[in-house]
This record gives sequence, C-alpha cells and structure tokens, in this order.
Amino acid sequence: MCLAMPAEVIAIDGETGKVNLGGVHKEISLALVEDVQVGDFVLVHVGYALNKVSPEEAKQTLAMFAEAGLGGAG
Amino acid sequence: MKYIDEFRSKELAHTLADAIAREADTGREYRLMEFCGGHTHAIFRYGVQELMPSNVKFIHGPGCPVCVLPIGRIDNAIELVQQHDVILCTYGDMMRVPASGRNSLLKVKAAGGDVRMVWSTQDALKVARDNPHRQVVFFAIGFETTTPPTAVAIEQAAEERLANFSVFCNHVLTPAAIRKILEPAETPEAEQVAIDGFLGPSHVSAIIGTRPYESLVEKYRKPVVIAGFEPLDVMQSARMLIRQLNQGRVEVENEYTRVVTREGNRKAQALVARVLELRRNFEWRGLGMVPSSALQIRSGWSEFDAEQCFPVPEITASDVRGCECPQILRGVKKPVDCKLFGAVCTPENPMGSCMVSSEGACAAYWSYGRFRDGSQETAA
Ligand code: SF4
Repeated sequence: MCLAMPAEVIAIDGETGKVNLGGVHKEISLALVEDVQVGDFVLVHVGYALNKVSPEEAKQTLAMFAEAGLGGAG
Repeated sequence: MKYIDEFRSKELAHTLADAIAREADTGREYRLMEFCGGHTHAIFRYGVQELMPSNVKFIHGPGCPVCVLPIGRIDNAIELVQQHDVILCTYGDMMRVPASGRNSLLKVKAAGGDVRMVWSTQDALKVARDNPHRQVVFFAIGFETTTPPTAVAIEQAAEERLANFSVFCNHVLTPAAIRKILEPAETPEAEQVAIDGFLGPSHVSAIIGTRPYESLVEKYRKPVVIAGFEPLDVMQSARMLIRQLNQGRVEVENEYTRVVTREGNRKAQALVARVLELRRNFEWRGLGMVPSSALQIRSGWSEFDAEQCFPVPEITASDVRGCECPQILRGVKKPVDCKLFGAVCTPENPMGSCMVSSEGACAAYWSYGRFRDGSQETAA
C-alpha cells in the first residue's frame, strides 16, 4: 500500500506524465512535483509522482555502502 | 531496474553486515523499531534480520495504514455502499480487511455492492465522471504519502464541479503515532516496549521531510534515521542508528537522501494544507485514541466530505477473538505469539488486518519467515 517505486519519466503532457515502471508504461499525475523533465526519475506512488530522485545523492549513498568495507567512517 | 537493483546487491549487503558486526557493541542490545510496514516487508523478504548480529533486533511498528484502521471505519464504508447506495472506490489492500461480523468489502462486492478497486484517485474521479447519476465515494486511507493524491482529487473535483464525488477521509499521521508509542504516561507498564531508536519511513518523508521528527527526538531522546526501503538502505540505516547509540548522539539523520530533504515536498504540503486539517482525535487499531493524529476535510470543502454528505456514525467494534493485531502493532507481541497465526489465520483467509496487507507483520511472517523464529529456537 505504501510501496512506491522509482521510475523514469518518458513523456510529459501538462500535469500528466508517462513513466516506465520496469518495462510497463503507466500514466501518472505530476501534480505534486515541480520542474520535472523527460529523463528524470520520480518516486511513483498510487498513480502520482511524490518527488524526484536525485542521481548525485543516489551515487553518494552507494559509495557510502562500499566504503563500509574499508572500515572507514563512511 | 535503476535505483532498485543497486540497492539490493548481495555483495554490498555482506559488506554492510560485516561493518555492523564490527561496530555493534556486544555488551548491549540494540532494539530498533521499524515504524513502517514497508520496512517490515523488506526485512523479511531479504532476510535482513539474519544478517544482523544477534543483539541487533528489529521491532515491528504500526506503520501499515490498512492494519491501523479501526474496524468501525470499515463498517462505515460498508454502510455507505449498502444503505446509501454509493459506488465506493478503494485501494486494493482494503478489499479483504475483516470488518464486523466476518464481513469485508470483497464480500460486499460479491453480494452485489458496487465496490471498485482503484489504482489512483484519478481513477476514482473518472468513475464519478462516468456515473453522473450515482454518488461516488473514495475511501481514502493511508499515511502522508497517500494524502496529497487525495487532496489533488478534491481540488480537481471542485474545479470540475463534480457534484457526485466525495471522500471518506481516514488519513493518519506518522509523527503522532511515534509520539504515542514513546509517551510512557499513555501505556500501561506491562505493555511498554523498550526501543532504542527508530527507522523512519522514507516515502512519508519524501512529502513531509525530516523536520517533523526533530522535536520528537529532542523530547524523547531516541534517534530517528529516515531509511529507504531497499535492503541495503535498511542495513545502512540500522548502522547509522547503532553509531548514534554508541556515540551517545540523539539526532534525526537521513539515509534516503536521494529523495528526502529536511523540508520535504513543499508543493504537496501546501496542497494538503489547503484541503485538509487536523482531526482532534482519531482511533488507531492497537494505539487507541491518538490526539491530532489524523486529518479531516476542511469545512470549506465539506461538499466533498462523505462524513458531511452521509450519516457516518461512530461505530465501536471489536477484533476477532484471539487476534493479537493490537499488541503486534505496538511491538509488544509477535505474529507467532498469536494462537490463530497460520492455523486459522492466513493471507487467503485473514482474521485480522495484519494478515491482509503485504506490509502487515503477520503477512510478512507468513510469506517469508514463518519457520524462522521456530528454527532459531531449536538452534538455541
Ligand atoms: S495472525 Fe491473524 S489473528 Fe493473529 S494477530 Fe495476526 S492477523 Fe490477527
């Protein structure tokens, strides 16, 4: 019920967007987010984009996981 | 899939597990409550508990919107269909939740009631447009994640002058529930659970940000880490909590920085604030009456409020005898402590709400871990 999935926006028409959810194309509402562009990833929940996913932050989080192996402060 | 697969890497899971084993102090226990059923689900599905040292324990919290909705509100929804002849639109998870007298929306539908499953509030609006001569009620449930879509639908209905659409609002608030769990004066001593820190739900914070937890953390001195829902996110968040506890820090930290900021989604917050307001009191299954823990539709929008359009009486109903959902939702008991678990109560034939949604603790135990607790006991 609370599950939300990151998905890529592949088309935008006003407040409606089309996303690719694991190969399935779905129409969602973009009413809750600002400045979304085709190619952005958004968090999709009950047919709405809740927020954008930041590629830089995702990269940093993954780097932090990897650093855990070095016994560092990561 | 991008942003999913990388956060499920087995190799990194072991890296993190090793790091946690190094950092966790063997001289103490770490009791971490994952508030949200989404985390419970991930912990079971990916065997995260097994990757933790034995002194790091996950306590399952009440963050499953289907599970915490009191039976009386489902009875209300059924009355709307059967006595007021409305078309009731609802998210799929609600269909099988047991109501009073072994009833459910699914059974009501099978008996000819017009109950329709929708994926989105947009679908509910469409049902209203397509059926101008029928009253259409959207049965709105959920935490801060599902609230903005409800607010969008109400605003849209007003714009379109959809006179046959209304919302039965049951939206609840996460921080209020955490406060209730931490408030010792509110819980009898025997029912209090020792908790050292919280994994906070990330999708909720995608909307509300991390800020609403700051005053809670300050007052109750328990750390909160906003944790993503993938297994590596859960592990890293547990590690961040362990570090805070080791260092004697008590802070709100954010592991899910790829979506969550301190401020959250301001556009969504503003929308919710325009349409909805705090409800003075709301009953939660498991937690009882919790003040300022839910939302209702503002009086300016009352023509879209099903509670104003139809008689919605307060119904006090009790759970199936033997069902331990209330205790499980507070973290006091585990699903395997329930005598009905697995014997009488299964996902196909749920007796209580915790067995219905995949985020319910009983459903998670049944689907992924029903033998785990037992096998650990035999091993000990
Ligand atoms: S196993 Fe079924 S009856 Fe027992 S607590 Fe869980 S939902 Fe309730």
